[in-house]
Amino acid sequence: MAVTLGFYFDQTLCNGCKACQIACKDKHDTAIGVNWRRVAEYGGGTWQITGDTFSPNIFANYLTMACNHCDDAVCVDVCPTTAMHQREDGVVVVDDDLCVGCRYCEWSCPYSAPQYDAETGRMSKCDLCTDYREAGLDPACVAACPSRALDWGPIDELREQYGDVAGIAPLPDPSVTRPNLVIKPHHSAEPVGAATGAITNPREV
Amino acid sequence: MTATSDHPTSTDVPSNGLSRRSFLKWSAAAGGGVALASGTNQLGLLPGSGLWASEDEDGGLETRWSACVVNCGSCCPLRMQVAGGRVVRVLPDDTGDDELGSQQIRACVRGLSYRQRMYSPDRLKVPMKRVGKRGAGEWEEISWEQAYDEIAEAVQRIIDEYGNEAIYLNYGTGTIRGTIAKSWPPAITPIARLMNTVGGYLNHYADYSTAQIQGAVAYHYGGWIGANSLDDAKSANLQVLFGNNPLETRMSGGGEAFVTQRTREQSKVRTIVIDPRYSETALGVADEWVPLRPGTDAALVAGMAHVMVSEDLHDQEFLDSHCQGFDEDHMPEDVPEGSSYVAYLMGEGPDGVEKTPEWAASITGVPADTIVRLAREIATTKPTYINQGWGPQRHANGENQARAIFTLVAMTGNIGIRGGSTGEREGSYGLPMANPYASENPVETSIPVFAWTDAVEKGPEMTATNAGVQGADRLEVPIKMIWNYAGNALTNQHGDINRTIELLEDDSKCEMIVVIDTRMTVSARYADILLPDAMNAEQLDLVAQGSAGNMGYTILGDQVVEPPFECKTVYEMCSEIAKRLGTEEDFTEGRTQEEWVRHILDASREDIPDLPSFEELKEMGVWRDPNPPEVGYVPLEDFRADPEEHPLPTPSGKIEIFSTELWEMAETWELPEGDRITALPEHLDTWEGPAEARERDDHPLQCIGHHYKQRTHSTYGNLPWLEEAHPQIVWMNPVDAEERGIGNDDTVEVFNERGRIRLPARVTVRIAPGVVSVPQGAWFTPNEQGVDVGGSVNTLTSWRQSPIHKGNAQHTTLVQIARA
Ligand code: SF4
Repeated sequence: MAVTLGFYFDQTLCNGCKACQIACKDKHDTAIGVNWRRVAEYGGGTWQITGDTFSPNIFANYLTMACNHCDDAVCVDVCPTTAMHQREDGVVVVDDDLCVGCRYCEWSCPYSAPQYDAETGRMSKCDLCTDYREAGLDPACVAACPSRALDWGPIDELREQYGDVAGIAPLPDPSVTRPNLVIKPHHSAEPVGAATGAITNPREV
Repeated sequence: MTATSDHPTSTDVPSNGLSRRSFLKWSAAAGGGVALASGTNQLGLLPGSGLWASEDEDGGLETRWSACVVNCGSCCPLRMQVAGGRVVRVLPDDTGDDELGSQQIRACVRGLSYRQRMYSPDRLKVPMKRVGKRGAGEWEEISWEQAYDEIAEAVQRIIDEYGNEAIYLNYGTGTIRGTIAKSWPPAITPIARLMNTVGGYLNHYADYSTAQIQGAVAYHYGGWIGANSLDDAKSANLQVLFGNNPLETRMSGGGEAFVTQRTREQSKVRTIVIDPRYSETALGVADEWVPLRPGTDAALVAGMAHVMVSEDLHDQEFLDSHCQGFDEDHMPEDVPEGSSYVAYLMGEGPDGVEKTPEWAASITGVPADTIVRLAREIATTKPTYINQGWGPQRHANGENQARAIFTLVAMTGNIGIRGGSTGEREGSYGLPMANPYASENPVETSIPVFAWTDAVEKGPEMTATNAGVQGADRLEVPIKMIWNYAGNALTNQHGDINRTIELLEDDSKCEMIVVIDTRMTVSARYADILLPDAMNAEQLDLVAQGSAGNMGYTILGDQVVEPPFECKTVYEMCSEIAKRLGTEEDFTEGRTQEEWVRHILDASREDIPDLPSFEELKEMGVWRDPNPPEVGYVPLEDFRADPEEHPLPTPSGKIEIFSTELWEMAETWELPEGDRITALPEHLDTWEGPAEARERDDHPLQCIGHHYKQRTHSTYGNLPWLEEAHPQIVWMNPVDAEERGIGNDDTVEVFNERGRIRLPARVTVRIAPGVVSVPQGAWFTPNEQGVDVGGSVNTLTSWRQSPIHKGNAQHTTLVQIARA
């Protein structure tokens, strides 16, 4: 069995710049509206106003998200044509010859990773930059992150190095799909389910 | 994610039996998402199709070095992959590492979008001449020959009729990091070089980024000193950033964003960010965020200073030996009693008001107990690294705001030491590159950068004491010709766009406007002659570094691809115009652009012996100086050690908390009613300031314009990738939104008597109540009703200037907001 690959995300370093999203877009020439990597801004809290003064009790953080090449990939499960499938290294890919663009995978994925490409009428998604990795390079998003907040590798090694947090708000509970993802949470991150905040840039994700 | 109308709507569960709703936390928030243009592939214009189709795409990829040369403060190398004469991909730097001092300089979201900027449908293709009313958008294509002839004729005619002082080089920073193709600083641009061959041009001083703080340092320190570099915060025990947001403004993953993140990560230095917004820097590195009303930093400092003096926490020894004007014992002669800063703080000055924390709280919005706590912490933590961005100073009281922060640093004795600062913005190490390409302007008269519209409108009425004219007592003539090279301050980045346009539309005032740019910007719309420029990746140039902490580097930007269509380099344009003015030899000195680059490299090697050769640099792309100083830049070390031996260039040789020159100017300068110049860094209530906001029902909100990730000022605006990633929005606090019935993403209008913009609201807890922020730089796009649907903040800002340096007070603006 080949090693299973995954992403690492250091949320403490993310300033929401979306260089990852654009590096991905530039490499894969995805259309507007098709983003294999997206960045959510998440936050909440309140302000206290007393007379002429104000005090914030607020928080905010960013979360970049691509496909997590999950152990229990629901997108693969729901695909009626078997176009969506998982390779030996855990990377989930679409077989263009089989995909009919029904979008069940997009609908089922809690991370909205598979993205419908209206030009081709098929699904498209992150393949962890297979071609780059074969050439000994990092995936485009990892190489581009100005903050060095992203990494990738065998998930066992990532977990050993960075721990095993795989879900924070607003992500789903990791038990749902068992994502190959490790997150170092921002100081303000909220746990899955105990969330008081909301995504503040819904149109962008 | 794509949310479209044909998204599956069934609530049936997928085959794994999980209810969609039970785990769709992430996607649920996209429920209100817009239907994105899934049917239109906006990338149709990128290489390989449409207008830009390449006939000889052979699939072979070659990688060449270029750079992003815009005005963010950073400067990132870019590796461009070329196939069939077209850039097909833009890659980040892959040299260097993750350590401070040798860091890889990873481009931000903008630099990585370079390809889309290069192949944008907005690109200018051929020289054009205006045929209708100025700004009406009616053009005739002309030949380069005709363009050169007409421009040379205009230059000659205007010099003959009005003199060289009637020709102005407008501020522009679209191409800032090159050496030959360089739009700023104005004195070393190719346009300046050209004009200097025929007698020169009207200068301006300061810039739209730093006008007020430059006016502040001139009197406080006697000139620009700089501050310790950001990596020196590692030597501090506390870092305090006033309105400085490197994680968004200097966003390079090798520049100040990276330096700030790494320094904080490694040193864990406790960090306080003072800003009306919970900026990316606050989010990323702050232990504490102190929000305040815009334009009240000087009041906050006074409140803290009051605590320090009352509790004897300040560094009296440093103030005694190094500063003028802190207390009554250290004043210049002939100044009345009660003129010191302590007198101001304690209510013993002319206003008789004690600057207690409670006084400061009501002005700033920061609770008094927070002010007391901050004052104690800042005064007693040694050393404390205090610096300011350009936000606090971009106000009607900006000079005083900046000086107040300098004063806080002096009071806490943190000047001239490692881990301390001057309170100016971070300095950085820079290579001492030679510039034999620079030439001298025979005209000495200079106007404030923001006053060019006044100079067009009423030139000779402007004097030294009523308008800050320098180098002469007054202007002789109005501006009659404007060169606008790689800049958008002709309209979009200036104040009050509607009024500016009205001024430009009258071509009896400014008679000739030449715009040189790569695309149809808002300013380009107002050209008489419009010349299509080559982008920096379409020409060879030496790219000096940006600000990157303690690291020196330089980049040789290759000609990655040929200029498209009829685009030409600015060097060729200026050479051709010089030829027609009879000064070609003066301009070119017989060199081609490549020969200049080689010449400059050779000249620079005298001071930097390790600098690689042209060939080596071309191959390696980025060269890092292997020998930067060991520690961060520490200005005023010598002055601190011995102020008598190393005096400052101020009248007293000391830091002037009480400025003798400003004291005199307060008497002699003619100011608009209500404006004040003060010798001390007092808080001033100004026009459209926070006090006025609370009194006005029509425009009760303070409007600032933060720098946004989508653009560097207006550069990189209008690109679908970046508009998708970072759409134009106005930030507002939920308290203000609720009062107005506004929800997140609702379309709203922001307006005042100068204009009206329409854009979506970002209802966010990340901004103080009573404050809104329209990210500056969006492209002014008036609809038929005159509403700017591009959402440019300068549709709302004014021409009014700060009192001392006549700077652009673009964060001093009052507005109202309503649902559209
Ligand atoms: S905009 Fe600034 S930080 Fe971004 S790529 Fe260009 S130079 Fe680098």
